[in-house]
Order: sequence, then structure tokens, then C-alpha cells
Amino acid sequence: MTPDPARGYALAALTGDLKIPAAKSATIRSLVEKRMDAELFAMSYDYVGDMAETVALIWTDVNYSPPKFTEVVEELQKSNKASAAIALEKWMDRLDTTGRWALLKLATGGLRVGVSARLAKMALAQEFEASVDEVEEIWHSIEPPYDDLFRWLEGSGEKPNYALGAGFRPVMLANPLEEGLLSQLDPLSYVAEWKWDGIRVQAISRDGKKKLYTRTGEDIGYSFPDILNSLDFDAVIDGELLIRDQKSNKLQEAAPFSTLQKRLGRKRPSTKIISEMPAFIRAYDLLFEGEEDLRGFAFEDRRKRLEIWAKNAPSTIDISATIPFKTWQELSKIRSEARETGIEGLMLKRKSSFYLPGRPKNQWYKWKREPLTLDLVLMYAQRGHGRRSSYYSDFTLGAWSDAETLVPVCKAYSGYTDKELVKIDKWVREHTNDRFGPVRSVTPGLVLEIAFDAAQYSKRHKSGVALRFPRIKRLRWDKPISEAETLQHVKSLIQEPQS
Amino acid sequence: MQGIKFDWLKSCPEGLYCQPADCFIDPARAVPRALITHGHADHARPGHEKVLATKETLKIMKVRYPSDLAQHQQLNFGEKIRIGEVTVWLAPAGHILGSAQVVMEYQGQRAVVSGDYKRQADPTAIPFEPITCDLFVTEATFALPVFRHPKPESQLEKLLSSLQAFPERPHLLGVYGLGKCQRILLLLRDLGFDAPIYLHGALVGLTELYRSMGFDFGNLLPVQGVAKSDLSSALVLAPPSATIDRWSRRFTDPRIGIASGWMQVRGRARQRRAEIPLIISDHADWDDLLRTCNETQAETVWITHGREDALAYELGKRGQKAIPLRLSGRQEESE
Repeated sequence: MTPDPARGYALAALTGDLKIPAAKSATIRSLVEKRMDAELFAMSYDYVGDMAETVALIWTDVNYSPPKFTEVVEELQKSNKASAAIALEKWMDRLDTTGRWALLKLATGGLRVGVSARLAKMALAQEFEASVDEVEEIWHSIEPPYDDLFRWLEGSGEKPNYALGAGFRPVMLANPLEEGLLSQLDPLSYVAEWKWDGIRVQAISRDGKKKLYTRTGEDIGYSFPDILNSLDFDAVIDGELLIRDQKSNKLQEAAPFSTLQKRLGRKRPSTKIISEMPAFIRAYDLLFEGEEDLRGFAFEDRRKRLEIWAKNAPSTIDISATIPFKTWQELSKIRSEARETGIEGLMLKRKSSFYLPGRPKNQWYKWKREPLTLDLVLMYAQRGHGRRSSYYSDFTLGAWSDAETLVPVCKAYSGYTDKELVKIDKWVREHTNDRFGPVRSVTPGLVLEIAFDAAQYSKRHKSGVALRFPRIKRLRWDKPISEAETLQHVKSLIQEPQS
Repeated sequence: MQGIKFDWLKSCPEGLYCQPADCFIDPARAVPRALITHGHADHARPGHEKVLATKETLKIMKVRYPSDLAQHQQLNFGEKIRIGEVTVWLAPAGHILGSAQVVMEYQGQRAVVSGDYKRQADPTAIPFEPITCDLFVTEATFALPVFRHPKPESQLEKLLSSLQAFPERPHLLGVYGLGKCQRILLLLRDLGFDAPIYLHGALVGLTELYRSMGFDFGNLLPVQGVAKSDLSSALVLAPPSATIDRWSRRFTDPRIGIASGWMQVRGRARQRRAEIPLIISDHADWDDLLRTCNETQAETVWITHGREDALAYELGKRGQKAIPLRLSGRQEESE
């Protein structure tokens, strides 16, 4: 087994928690340009497209005697820019191509090996036969190289103390409501709420620390200083992050998801952005109040506590209202009539449900709105990955911008059955008119029915529109392409004003 | 163009043309008289009236173009002939079986057209011989300092350790069908791999030709007709494009390898979906290109295809006049 502290640092490198601020891409570039012709380096970088990889390949082997991983991490962590450059240069001379690549990626924080932070934690939990939720729970209160974590996992130490920290708590998620399930559920045992179309967040304020996490535990506080500054309480809140719709008269109205996206992309929003797109949290749940852990209480009890707590909540937090109903039929009608942009559908929460991490069965259900559909024309197909790499499985679909011109409006790569995929793949091969690497352009001739959640304006796409969560619903072999949708019709489905 | 004038050799749409011999070297279109450096399809095309090449290259062309009516003339390495006013002879290029450099001497000047070449050892090809000349025509497929080909044995060890680590999974290795395939078969046998090796149908004919010329590849079996269950732990060689195309669906959960100089770059390996990228190339790498251009002592170097700008830049720095020709019709990807 990898010894401490190397295993902890390695884990941190995989989860993206290993921070080495002193090493930058520019540092590496300056190292290589000291040793070789800048012109040749530029041509090479142009060709390879990745700084660390180009340098790793171009560096001449000197003397292979690789440094220890721990030595590298610890020395880099206490380095400043100048000393980090000296250390990197020294180690590069002692490594081979792969080693140099790994070193540079490690130092600049890009050591991606196709593993998400979540997967790394799952592997860790599996190795020590622990629960991944417990690992998630303490994750944000511990730091590399995680000596206390490993001692606890190996049974030789206490579980690291996390309850008082401002760390992320694993989130409880809902299962999709399968067709026919409703008839087996008792409406009296469930509370219904809107499923708001923002991003799920956890807002924490304790011990003077304020944090805003996504549902996967990513800290996004820096993008939302307006929220962060307002957290003047001692509690942990679960809710939906939304943008207040400035154009609506109703103060409670949430702007469409595309508005939120504009803020999510900004690391440091300007005051202008904040005033134009003010964020707020619509609270679903209260996990901690003061030091009291409420997660072991039933949902209806937590809900009562949340309602009382919310009376003194800052103006950036309101409560997600519950929807009164008596029968499923009644609720179904409410659901189908809701067309506001900020609503994705309904949530059903069992009144007796504890706040359990992960996606526990039979507790919460999401009942999404019926998707919208469009008949679009297949324009391009791209090879898939992994199991699907011998199939053309990723499709670009278009709508008519005029009688003769198709413009791409979405990409879809799911929703079909294996058998349908075989058929589309065959069709693509028989109707290819051009190839660009892994992409084939096809002669228009196949209409696919696409289901999606919303249409929105997009500056990124030539057509000016983008669809959310597009997936293939049906193959329309029967439908002539001339009867596919027009771009004008697609645009008419957008419910937001054009900015 | 500075330096010595070579008005008797020029770059035309069809390819390089030697005027006083009235013949083309590796022309991209059918011509009356062609000198062919080696059998790869972007150098050896069908439809010429007369073809001059090594015995091996002619045999390869016959297998590839069985109905081609070209009149073949064989030329051995070092054997000099006169074509028009030019003395022509061939020197080994080390690229694949039968691959040659074309040496042309005219009015006291010597020009060498090297075709494709490499300096690494290859059990299927006679090693490259540097020929002193006034004009050297070189390829530049891997002409960037990021390309430094490791020893092929070290790469094949990766494949062998994967076969050991995943004995229950078939291994598909994508190889170019002429040259790379046979080189790798021999190297695998040299490394002690003596299990049967399966071949994709497209590789069988040329490998058979090698065998008829005395190469011993051990036990080779065609994939065609073998049940899926019997291929569950097989090592299979196939053209690179087949490893992720429909043909590959006959294998259960295969591990995909690609043997090519391009595998040096991670993005290329990803594009090819190669889990086991093997950096094995039949072209010269950066260091060998520079070394070779230097050894020819040529005052002028013409660069046919590849990353010609980088090579021209570096040769210029070293005092050789280097000129990119930008010949059309060369498939740089086909390695």
C-alpha cells in the first residue's frame, strides 16, 4: 500500500483538492524557452495544443532518477513562484516523458485521469468498506494529506470532527417518478412542492464562516457574494439558487435558468451584474439550526422548523411554498397547467422522510413537467465513446431557417434504444456525404423527434437557440424532412425576452 | 531559390519530375514513366505505363493492383542504369520492405529523393544508407521536436503486459497493413510471444506475400470465421480504422491499441480511442530527420510533406537551404 502521506496527496490530486498556487502555466513556458528555440516551441505547442504535454515531450531526457511524490508535493506547497520554477526544472531533468507530464499536470492542477472527485471518494470508501456518504460528510473539514481520515478508515482513530465546521453535507436527492407509481402512493403521506429550475445549493453559516456549495460540494461562494454576505445566521440550509426576475412585477418570480447560467460563469461578478441579476435562495429544508442536527427528524417536522426559522431569514432567502392537494388527479392538473419558466415540475416528499444522503428509495420523487417535443432533421453524426465507439451515436439536428436551409439547433446522444441506435448508425453510413475526422455529415433525409425541457436563446449557436436536455424520443422514418419544424417555430417556444 | 540550381528536377502537380530522364518519382497521377520508392498507396499508384522499382516494391504493387497493366522493371540496390541523360540507382531507405531512395546523377550534380524513411532498426527492411548529395529530398511527417520515437520493443512490452493483466479480454492492435503489421509481428515473436496471432482480412494478403519471401511469423490465423467465444483472449491485428468500427463488434469488450508515431500525442490517442497507445513509427523522428539531412551534406534540402515549416526553420538555422515543396496527394495520417 502507498504510505502516508503520499496516498493522501494522491487522493487530493484526484479530487482536485491539492492546491499548488506557485506553479503556473507561464512558469513552465519560461522554463522551456530558456532551453530551446522559442519559435520551434511555438510550432510544437500549436500542434500539440497542451502546454504541459508539449513541454513534457520536448524536454530532453537527462538522468532518470525520479523524485519522490511526497517530496514534490511538499516542496511545491511551500514554494513561491521563483523557487517553484527552480524545483520543477530540477525534477524535469530527472524524469521521463510520462513523468514530466504528470509532474507538470500535478503542479498546475490539471491532473485529470478521467476520474471525478465523487468517483475517487467512492473508490476510497469501497477500499475501506466505509460509506461514501460518511466520507462526503467529513470531506470539507479535512485537508490533504488526510492523516485523520485514513486513521479513522483503518479503525485506529476517531471519525474526524465535522459537525461544527462550515463543511458541505451530502445532499438528499429524489428519484424520478415512474409511470404508474402514483396509484400505489397515499397522497396524504406526501407534501408537494414546485421543482424550481435553478441549481440546488447548500448555504452554510457557522462559526463566522459562510459557504455556498453546489449539490456535489463544489464551493461557488465567490460567484455569489450577494448571497454569501447576507448569510447572517447560524444554520445549514438546503435550497434552490435562483435569480430574481427583474422584468416581472411579482417579486417572487424566478428568472429562467439561462439567466442564472450567465452568473454561474463569472468568478467575480461586477456590482452591475449583481444588481441586474440578483440571486436568492428558495429554501427547501433546514439541516442544522445552531448546533442542532435536524436531519434525523421527519420532513414535516423539519418543514415546521424551517417555516419558523424563515421568519427571521435574510431577504435573500425565501421558502419554497408547499402546494395543497387532496388527490393525485388534482395535483396532476396543477402540474400540467404550470407553465412558468422557473418551474421544472413537481417534487413529492414523504412526510416521514429523514434527510438521508444520496438518492434513497421511496422517499422523494421528482415529477417533471411533460417535455416539449420537436421533429428535427439529422444533419451530422459523431462517433460515441467507450462501448459506443463503433457507432455514430451523437447527433446534431437542425430546423429549417428557410425553405432550403437547415440550421443546427441541438445535439442529442441519448434516449434511443440499442436497436434504434443500430438502425440510425446504419442510416448514417449509407447517407454520408462528407467526413471531418470523427464527424460525418449526412444528406438530410431522416427526421427524429426530440424531447427537451426548455428552449432558450443562445449566442453560442448559429441558429441563436439552444434546447435544454434534448434527447431522442422517436425515429420518424415516416416523416418527410420538408415537414420538420422551422427555426421560427423553435424560437416561438422560448419563454424569455430576448436580451 | 538560392544556392545551387536544380532546374533538371522540379515539383509538378503530378509529383517530382526529372526532366532529362523524362520520368516522375512517386507521381500522384498516372504517368508514362514512374520511379517508385516504396509500395505505400500514396507513393505507388496504379495506371502508369512503365514502373521502375525494387523487386519487393514491384511484388507489393502486383498484390495491391492485380489488374494493373504497367510494364515493370526491376532495379537492385546499387545497380546503376541510364534513363535518358541521367544515371539512376537505388539505395535502401529503411522504411518498409523494398523501400528505396532514388539517386539521380546529372551533369555533375547528385540529387537523392528519399521517399519515406526511418533510421530505427526494422527486421523487414534493409537499413537506411545516407548518400552524400547536392540536393536531398526529405519527408517531414514527424518534424517537430515533440516527436522522439522510443524503442519499439519498449512499446510492445506495454501490449504484452496488458495481455497478461487482462487475459480474459481480446486485444485489438491497429496497425498499418503494409510494413507496420509485419514489423510488429516479427518483433512480437522476438519478444517471445508465441501464441497464435489473429489477422483482420485486409492484412492477410500482404502478410502472405512477406511469408512467400521468407519471413517467418509463426502461427497466424484469420479472424474471419472464428466464433466470438474463441476470440475472447485473442491478440488481433487490424487496420487502425477497423479497431473502432463495425468490424470490432465481433469482439466482447476489447482493449484497443494503436501502433503509430502519432500516439506520442495524447489527443491523437484519445481520438483513436486507443487504450494502449504504442509509439511505433516507420518514419524518422525529429532527431533522425536532422541527423539524416546533416549526413547527406546536401547544400539544399527539399521537403515533401508533413510539418515542413518546422524542419525548414531548423535546417535553415543549421546552414542548409531548406524549401518546402507542399506536394499534393500525400496521406500524412496513414501511419
